[in-house]
Amino acid sequence: MKETAISIRELTKRFGDFTAVDRISFDVYKGEIFGFLGANGAGKTTAMRMLCGLSFPTSGSGTVAGFDVMREGEMIKRHIGYMSQRFSLYDDLTVMENIRLFAGIYNLTPYRTRRRAVELLSRLNFLGERHTLVGALPLGWKQKLAFSIATLHSPEIVFLDEPTGGVDPITRRQFWELIYEEANRGTTVFVTTHYMDEAEYCARVSIMVDGEVRALDTPAALKRQFATDSMDGVFRTIARGAKRAE
Amino acid sequence: MRTLLVLIQKEFLQIRRNAFLPRLIVAFPIMIMLVMPWITAMDVRHVGVAVVDNDHSGVSRRIISHIGATDWFTLHGMAADYETALRQLERGQVDVIVEIPEHFERDMVRAEPKPISISANSVNATKGSLGMQYVLQTVAKTLKELQAERGLVAGASELTVVQNRYNPSLNYRHYMIPALMIMLMVLICGFLPTLNIVGEKETGTIEQINVTPLSKLTFSLGKLVPYWLIGLFMLTVAMLIARAVYGLWPVGAPGVIYLAAMLFILVMSGLGVTVANMSDTMQQAMFVMFFFVMIFMLMSGLMTPIESMPRWAQTITLFLPPRYFIEVMRAVYLKGTAFTELWRCFAALGLFALLFNLLSVVTYKKQA
Repeated sequence: MKETAISIRELTKRFGDFTAVDRISFDVYKGEIFGFLGANGAGKTTAMRMLCGLSFPTSGSGTVAGFDVMREGEMIKRHIGYMSQRFSLYDDLTVMENIRLFAGIYNLTPYRTRRRAVELLSRLNFLGERHTLVGALPLGWKQKLAFSIATLHSPEIVFLDEPTGGVDPITRRQFWELIYEEANRGTTVFVTTHYMDEAEYCARVSIMVDGEVRALDTPAALKRQFATDSMDGVFRTIARGAKRAE
Repeated sequence: MRTLLVLIQKEFLQIRRNAFLPRLIVAFPIMIMLVMPWITAMDVRHVGVAVVDNDHSGVSRRIISHIGATDWFTLHGMAADYETALRQLERGQVDVIVEIPEHFERDMVRAEPKPISISANSVNATKGSLGMQYVLQTVAKTLKELQAERGLVAGASELTVVQNRYNPSLNYRHYMIPALMIMLMVLICGFLPTLNIVGEKETGTIEQINVTPLSKLTFSLGKLVPYWLIGLFMLTVAMLIARAVYGLWPVGAPGVIYLAAMLFILVMSGLGVTVANMSDTMQQAMFVMFFFVMIFMLMSGLMTPIESMPRWAQTITLFLPPRYFIEVMRAVYLKGTAFTELWRCFAALGLFALLFNLLSVVTYKKQA
């Protein structure tokens, strides 16, 4: 029996009479890369925000990193990292100042902050840019930096909301190498994406349509099930019936 | 604690990198203190005076020369009779008419003179009544001098002794300068934290903060403390300018002013942070803040004395925090009132500071 990092049952979020997320249930195992797919407006971001303790579920139950999603949002936040689809580091602070800020917020000791900073900057080949304002960096660099800062405090789970949106293929490739490295260290990665080639990199993927999880399995099993040779085919078959559009 | 320091440092770094804020913080108090006292001053100068002298005596000439000697008045020469002077008044050439009755000097000695009449154009109520007051004082002073010289007993004419305590020259500027300092703090310490937080909402950086275990209290303090320090810095600049340029320094202890300012800035930034927490866009936050700032400016006694407001309005002012700060500022600046006599104001300010800052923590939602 594999250990779970995330385990949710019947999780639901309603805004007025609109059900954004409709009774979703799944488990994410420790150390796996879990792809969270879905068309625009399917409810991915809302679901992810509930898991991160940014949004209260309307009903359902579940745990993230062992803490209750209904009641222990602040405890969950100690054990996760989050990178939103909107770039959200401070543009008017330098690379190093951003690192120091988030290290301070997560209460890393000054010694550990320095060590982690050197570690992640050298991994990104960023040491020369540490005093550059983040706003002056190209988008691909910013995204890699944002990912590194989301994992600065060595969280158990890292949530990535469309981390490679608008980034060129080479940078996307490098970004996935970072994700793999992080997963190899035992971190659970929960990632949403619109790129089907990226879905192939995940250990398992779920596909959301109209607020519900319609499929969940390894990419290979899904392709067999839907008798197609690509994740693209799988996604098209499942998402065809979507009623919601953005 | 270390987290709080990191947050404060971050705010100052961002302020320093901003192209506009550092200049605003330095230039705003200087500009307000150098320019506004001259503009908001309501003391009236160069009141046009026409004199109708029906007496042509030593006494009347003396009164006229005294009126002409001060720059409060511009003497528009002598009018032949009251009718002529009144026409000048109607045409707006003069503001006040002084009519000295016939045989004034003679009757003054007999102690039964006809009174000198003073008429003012009160379309501009302030200018009219103040001009009238000035003329009255000048005439009264002249008559008093004459009585003293001629050894007449007081009572020859009914004279009032006018004495303006605490602001001897009735200098409106001295009354306005403490109020301007308060305006400065209302604007800067109210608006800057509001803009800052709504700005973080709009760029999305606040979401990155919300997904961290940072406590609401630490976050709020991280926003409040920088503006608290900036507010105290600006107050200091303003006070030094008031001293250098207008020679105005608190008669009482400056420490009392700082203590009140420390509380008041907390009130304003607490309000600003609360409004920001409840707004999604810059426009929304600005309009709500304007609503409060307008009421604060007009109703808390900055411009017009609370005592002359209608009773219901006076009751409302009890709920306006600036009212108490204004009271402290004016009392300490002009009268030198001690802390022990102002404790009620301090208690009120403290209560408001506590209330607004609790609100600012409670309305900050990390999880919606």
